[in-house]
Amino acid sequence: MLKLILRRLWLSVTLLFGVSALTFVLESLTPGNPAATILGTQATPKTIASLTKELGFNKPIYVQYWRWLDDALHGNLGKSIFTGEPVSSILSSRLPVTLSLIIGTILVSTIVGISIGVASAKMGGRLGRLVDTISLLGLAIPSYWLGSLLVIAFALRIHALPATGYVTFGQSPVLWLKSLVMPVFALSVFGIAIVAKQTRDAMMDTFDREFIRALRSRGIRSRSIIFKHALRTALPNVVTLLALIVVSLLLGTTLIESVFALPGLGSEAVTATNLHDVPVIEGVAMYFTALTVVVFTLTDLVNAWLNPKIRGAR
Amino acid sequence: MSSSTEQGSSGEVDAPSSPTTRRNGELSRLLHRPLSVISGLFLFVVTAVTIAAPWIAPYSPDAENYSALFKGPSAHYLLGTDDLGRDLLSRLIYGGRISLLGVAEALVVYLILGLPVGLVAGYVGGWFDKLVVWISDLSFAVPQIVVVLAVLAILGETTTVAMITLGILGAPGLMRITRGATMAVEREQYIVAARVSGLPRRRILIRHVLPRISGPIIVQVSLFAGISLIFQTGIDYLGLATQPPIPSWGTMIAEGSQYMSNDPWMIIPPGVLVALVILAFGLLGDGVRDSYTEVWSSVSQGQVKMKRARSVGSASNSKSERQSGSAKDSRALLEVRNLSISLIRNDGDIPITSEVSFCVNSGEAIGIVGESGCGKTMTGLAVIGLLPRGAEITDGDIFFSGHTLRSSRDREMRLIRGREIAMVSQEPVASLDPAFSVGAQIAEVVRSCRGFTHKEAKREALDLLALVRLPNQAQIYKRYPHELSGGMAQRIGIAAAIAGRPKLLIADEPTTALDVTVQAEILELLRELRTELSLSLILISHDWGVVADLCDNVIVMYAGQVVERASMSEMLREPRHPYSSALLASDPHRVSAGSRLPALAGTVPPIGQWPKGCHLAPRCSLATDECRSQAIYEIEVGENHTTRCVHSDQLHRVNQALSETT
Repeated sequence: MLKLILRRLWLSVTLLFGVSALTFVLESLTPGNPAATILGTQATPKTIASLTKELGFNKPIYVQYWRWLDDALHGNLGKSIFTGEPVSSILSSRLPVTLSLIIGTILVSTIVGISIGVASAKMGGRLGRLVDTISLLGLAIPSYWLGSLLVIAFALRIHALPATGYVTFGQSPVLWLKSLVMPVFALSVFGIAIVAKQTRDAMMDTFDREFIRALRSRGIRSRSIIFKHALRTALPNVVTLLALIVVSLLLGTTLIESVFALPGLGSEAVTATNLHDVPVIEGVAMYFTALTVVVFTLTDLVNAWLNPKIRGAR
Repeated sequence: MSSSTEQGSSGEVDAPSSPTTRRNGELSRLLHRPLSVISGLFLFVVTAVTIAAPWIAPYSPDAENYSALFKGPSAHYLLGTDDLGRDLLSRLIYGGRISLLGVAEALVVYLILGLPVGLVAGYVGGWFDKLVVWISDLSFAVPQIVVVLAVLAILGETTTVAMITLGILGAPGLMRITRGATMAVEREQYIVAARVSGLPRRRILIRHVLPRISGPIIVQVSLFAGISLIFQTGIDYLGLATQPPIPSWGTMIAEGSQYMSNDPWMIIPPGVLVALVILAFGLLGDGVRDSYTEVWSSVSQGQVKMKRARSVGSASNSKSERQSGSAKDSRALLEVRNLSISLIRNDGDIPITSEVSFCVNSGEAIGIVGESGCGKTMTGLAVIGLLPRGAEITDGDIFFSGHTLRSSRDREMRLIRGREIAMVSQEPVASLDPAFSVGAQIAEVVRSCRGFTHKEAKREALDLLALVRLPNQAQIYKRYPHELSGGMAQRIGIAAAIAGRPKLLIADEPTTALDVTVQAEILELLRELRTELSLSLILISHDWGVVADLCDNVIVMYAGQVVERASMSEMLREPRHPYSSALLASDPHRVSAGSRLPALAGTVPPIGQWPKGCHLAPRCSLATDECRSQAIYEIEVGENHTTRCVHSDQLHRVNQALSETT
């Protein structure tokens, strides 16, 4: 157990380090002088030179990276080239939006996906194959396109839900929920599809195992066999899958935030990309990487806890 | 079945040296899947039309027509027009050039980076392999979108940059898959042979390994193609790569979503097309995966091949010739009458057992003996109503306490399992759920079969642990299956089996997986429990020692039939079937008896390939034309002693002569 945590910790640190170094190196390749960009059209060579010196852009890249890393570890991710606002304050105001989307989508995908998967594993045969087809369809439909269709149907036609915009939970929980319904649904179709398929496949595999036959030979109810024993055995596969869904959701939320004009991390990254605002993109990269690191660590811990061989070993 | 599929399933058993014939097998199997064929054709047509856009598209993608804005589909504009009166169909056709080219760029990078590295890592191993695993572990957690955005912000917003970056980020995934597949085939005969014969490594990898692992790679590549298309259109939707008025599928969806309230139609064609292309990638990958698994598993597992084998003269010998079989015996706890089990297949059922009959009286122990593959286990599973998928009772019946089990529904069967009939598995550890403590598993049976509360059930489970002679019950209760030795696990298995107070216990090779000393202990336990709980017992084994130790009566099965039945003592003294005789002679416990008969050469014929006459005829030294030409029936040779042999008298004489001379 301890070994597992250490291994995951080691991977996490490497990943955060690697992604930040990568973006930093890429940034240094940017044509043009960042100081000139910041100062804009009224810059004189003199002011540019002094700002360059002030911000340390004349130092070697590893020195710059070291400074950035030192700052980042103290919670300072630099300033936006355009607004001059600290990156960390821009992003932390946007984090709740993206987190709401991701957590909502994971909840819906898990609950609906596992239910469909279990039902189809239980009934087997033709219904199982139907789930295969539906899940392929779910994987094929682009979430942002589905989001637009939902807007046409539920916002423009029957005016049941807001087409765009975000209301914080603090302002109004009801409106907050309403603003999330369509985006979360659009994102969840993908997750539901693969969770259902994975659940079904893993459970079908379990049904062929010797202990399931042994349980049946002892007269255990099929409800208990399916929900307690087979589902429990299939669960680690599903948990692992959830981590991968979260990683793929980073693209999904970025797109969906654009469709529904939600002020999240992804839409900020898109704006920053258009403006070549590198410190902000770097900040988003750090936030996203930290998010995946947390998710992978969590799923590792859950799976370790689910596995009596690891749980008992400590 | 066509000739091509037969080629795939036969003919490759002893010749693993020709990857090309196997690939034909995969291809032909793939062609038998209409969905995969349609998907492949669809992708081909879309690509071809896109490439030939200038000749095929009815309009230029930029041709504006202000008198036809936001028109729906019509004869002039098959898919309608957009906000500037441009033809949507033409824009879709031209747009595919950007979107599909983007996919191709990502795929090329993906393959160039992923494939060779994965191959070498899997083949060579060592530190390089460790490095590849580490990189791929890392890559799964990299948020691809944000890296691509950073690259776009820094290197400029073009599709090529984005898709190459995506290819690089995805490649470790392909490395991992390729590595795994390579490692799996690396030790195969023909690869080893190629290596021994001194072929250069590069040639082995390209000529021999690569074709063999193409299946999983194609699946992975088709998955990645789908991801790439989502990614490419997504980036265009966000306006990060392709700028208007140049059409791409992603920008068209973006344009459409701007005018959703004026014209909801505009967004439909590009979205549907993208979904269809991704679906086609997915279906193609699924098809390749399925045909691949079929072909290769038929190579590596004889059993799958066996299932696919044609039924040679199958249905002829069962129903028409039904006779014999004991009359219904009211004393019997269990009566199995003319039980025929078959593997149900579209191209004809294959019999697994044929007309098996026997009785178990209350308190009696009966042994079923035979080599593996004779239908002993299937008979046991049929009695408890747990035949595996695909196997069914096709004839005969099973009576328990006078009630038929064959027509019982699953719900009724469940009430019999555990409470009336229970089973001890041949794989003690595998028969326990690894996720729950063993005590909880026993307690669940007690609750389920006897309606105890949680607290009562726990106390009862502790008692059961004591009953199967396990010490420190409270401590063992909390243990998990992986913390048990085989012998302990089998004691737990027995405790769980008797937890519902059954009257009949079916023990299928209960000691085969155990050490010799532990075997004796488990047999001792079964014997003691039999008297303590007045259990009836069906003991399935290939080991005469085990059966002789515990059983009153014994039946011998060969290739799906009962060939001899007798009391245990009489069977040991005077077997009247050449098979029983040979089995006894080859029993290591009875070595002193010397070579009474030539040892039985050959193996049990697989199901579907039973001889027409006596099933043993090809292996039997006494066989004559009579044995080979017609079905052989059981005859009585003594009190409660039957044999399915026309030469039993001859065998009798041979045995007597032998015993006189010694």
